[in-house]
Amino acid sequence: MAAVLLIGSVMKFAIALFSAAHAPSSRRALLFAQAALAGGHEIVRLFFYQDGVHNADSGVVIPQDEADLPRQWRAFVSDNRLDGVVCIAAALRRGVLNEEEAQRYQRSAISVEAPWALSGLGQLHDAIQDADRLICFGGA
Amino acid sequence: MPKSLLLISRQAPWSGPGAREALDIVLAGGAFDLPIGLLFLDDGVFQLLAGQNAKAVQQKDLSANLHALPMFGVEALFVCADSAAQRGVDTEVLALDELKVLSAQDITALIDRYDQVITL
Repeated sequence: MAAVLLIGSVMKFAIALFSAAHAPSSRRALLFAQAALAGGHEIVRLFFYQDGVHNADSGVVIPQDEADLPRQWRAFVSDNRLDGVVCIAAALRRGVLNEEEAQRYQRSAISVEAPWALSGLGQLHDAIQDADRLICFGGA
Repeated sequence: MPKSLLLISRQAPWSGPGAREALDIVLAGGAFDLPIGLLFLDDGVFQLLAGQNAKAVQQKDLSANLHALPMFGVEALFVCADSAAQRGVDTEVLALDELKVLSAQDITALIDRYDQVITL
């Protein structure tokens, strides 16, 4: 896949993910993102929306002999210093809170930490404007 | 010149937060003055039925958000004729006035006109 992406010039990708961490489309999104970077392309932003917010959830516990997608996303975003944004409204609705939001709504569970940032849909539109291509995974 | 975005909304209004969240992308784009189109496809056409009683299924009415679209500068609103016909939805009496009814061929051309597409 990386070899295919190498053909032509360097691309700026925005990647939107709409499905939960256990969905095959979420794994495909990570594989695509890894291949894009391996092919020398740029990822301007990852934006997790709808059930995609669960991919940033550090509360997800996966059996040891299975692939831990939230952990892999976290490492991928940290190692490559990417801009990983989780939609705040979609995250709140699904109980995926960072420290600031947990305090604001007086909830005890904090499940989003760095490298993820909670922010609004403007960040999706901003990324779409900045990127050559928007690639979506896990939509309806 | 900003890039244009077509949002294809395929979910029924009361099947979960999907339809509302799709609409939120469109409204946010409109708030930023971006060129946004919205196509109701497949079960998404059910969002357009007039006279829905959201309270009866303990939901919040989606129609207020739909009617806010023109106020947010979103006037490129489309509905798939085939999707409506397959579901017995009469496109003459839909909840939004500004809708253009499109054939499958029109939709191919529509998707081609937009820079980016999100299907939800």
